[in-house]
Amino acid sequence: MIELLNVTKQYTNGTMALSNINIKIDKGDFVFLVGPSGAGKSTFIKMLLKEVDPTEGKIIIDDLEATTLSRRKVPQLRRKMGVVFQDFRLLPNKTVYENVAFAMEIIEAHPKEVRRQVPMILSMVGLSGKSNMYPDQLSGGEQQRVSIARAIVNNPAVLIADEPTGNLDPETAWEIMKLLKQINRRGTTIVMATHAKEIVDVMQQRVIALEQGRVVRDDRKGVYGYED
Amino acid sequence: MAMRIRTVSYMIKQGLTSIWRNRMMSIASIGSVASALVILGIVFMLVLNINSLAESAKEQFDSVQVYIKDEVDAAGIEKIGEAIIAVEGIDEIDFLSKDEALENMKSQWGDQGYLLEGLETNPLPNSYVIKMKDVSYADGVVNALKNQDGIEEVKYYKDIVDNLLKITHFIRMVGIGLIVILIGISMFIIANTIKLAVASRYREINIMKYVGATNWFIRWPFLIEGLVLGCIGALIALSVVGYGYKIAVDVVTQKLYVMLSAHMIPSTIAIQNLAVIFIVLGAGIGALGSIFSMRKFLRV
Ligand SMILES: Nc1ncnc2c1ncn2[C@@H]1O[C@H](COP(=O)(O)OP(=O)(O)O)[C@@H](O)[C@H]1O
Ligand SMILES: [Mg+2]
Repeated sequence: MIELLNVTKQYTNGTMALSNINIKIDKGDFVFLVGPSGAGKSTFIKMLLKEVDPTEGKIIIDDLEATTLSRRKVPQLRRKMGVVFQDFRLLPNKTVYENVAFAMEIIEAHPKEVRRQVPMILSMVGLSGKSNMYPDQLSGGEQQRVSIARAIVNNPAVLIADEPTGNLDPETAWEIMKLLKQINRRGTTIVMATHAKEIVDVMQQRVIALEQGRVVRDDRKGVYGYED
Repeated sequence: MAMRIRTVSYMIKQGLTSIWRNRMMSIASIGSVASALVILGIVFMLVLNINSLAESAKEQFDSVQVYIKDEVDAAGIEKIGEAIIAVEGIDEIDFLSKDEALENMKSQWGDQGYLLEGLETNPLPNSYVIKMKDVSYADGVVNALKNQDGIEEVKYYKDIVDNLLKITHFIRMVGIGLIVILIGISMFIIANTIKLAVASRYREINIMKYVGATNWFIRWPFLIEGLVLGCIGALIALSVVGYGYKIAVDVVTQKLYVMLSAHMIPSTIAIQNLAVIFIVLGAGIGALGSIFSMRKFLRV
């Protein structure tokens, strides 16, 4: 599903963010990307989204080679993935429903399809009753659910999350993890960057540990493995 | 790329919403496009009219007019005619009697021709109109004739035409310079408006990017915004210049500069031409302005 071959990323200022990464992620995997701040987790995720390009190596996602993909085909690549960020990135002047529907509208989905799909996804993330509320009327956990709903509403093959629980208290974080696991069970591949040790340890999923831009560990059923 | 109707209407809605949201900048953009086009229109109309005036003056350019003294009789006029034909470089001569000259003037004055009815005597002279084989003979012809008996005056319009052409050229150059500068300024202001619009929709664009909206889906609303701003500016300029020109034509006609107004371009034709030029330029300025700023600020 996702394959990185000898991937190296050096920023123009000289920072070596990732060096010689080789990783294969299969369809349906749930992968934690762990490591201290500055290890290169966000860079890894940005490369999957083709927000930055590696200086060396190849990234293959599904049938597309991200590294050599033409500008025109980038949207095609991004439609294979849904993204969730630490800061939710909801549109403040749109309701919960509109925020989720927006993701379908901008890929020109049929309005009928939008009206069918959005309530379904909102019910799945447990926000059916709040579809007419605005983001600032919601708790942090609820806002993150909206952003997850938006990320999966177009049925992407992969859900990518960069520190999705970073702004949430532990209890709410767990709710979000349950939701992610549930999404994973439906067959969606999940790549989640985090430095939440307790979560990684309990979830018992594949753990890829980065340190100073290198893969230092890749465990099938791993634990966080650091004391930070 | 077949765009769906709802996509098109979505984009138009986005573009218009953004114009409203940044209305101060929108007004500045519209104002700058409008003022650039107003000046362009004024220069354009000046040049066109001076051109048309120069053009009709040019018809007399290669003709020399020989005015004959009133006391000369028919035989004398005949003799002067023979003398003229004998001069080198003459192609063709035409006799214009004083009565014919008055008739011509009446028809040129059009509606105001009746004013000439009141004249007790015809003040216009008998004359010969000389066509030369080539402009270069003009000076020789004038010199050969000006001291002849019975000739009142020999008129040749070269200087007037030359000066007219010089003025036209000057106005055209200054006009083009001014227009280029003003178009540049309007584009810059539109580019800044769009930059602001892009900035104010930063979050939306960011999300659109991640969800996989195509480049053009993201860009069209901004392009539409630029186009609409440019076209509104063009329409304002069109009404200002069109109306202004209509008044100018009326004033010139009413103030009895009949000869002048006969050579002015009619306002309906002027407005039709201005409409095409303004809309094309307004839309062009708007589109280019937004494309410039999208190139810079909308890396998708
Ligand atoms: N745009 C950038 N330009 C230069 N250096 C960057 C840029 N983004 C990140 N870095 C550097 O690359 C390294 C990895 O950063 P990042 O991928 O954000 O790590 P993480 O998400 O694990 O904290 C850090 O040293 C960071 O300072
Ligand atoms: Mg990070």
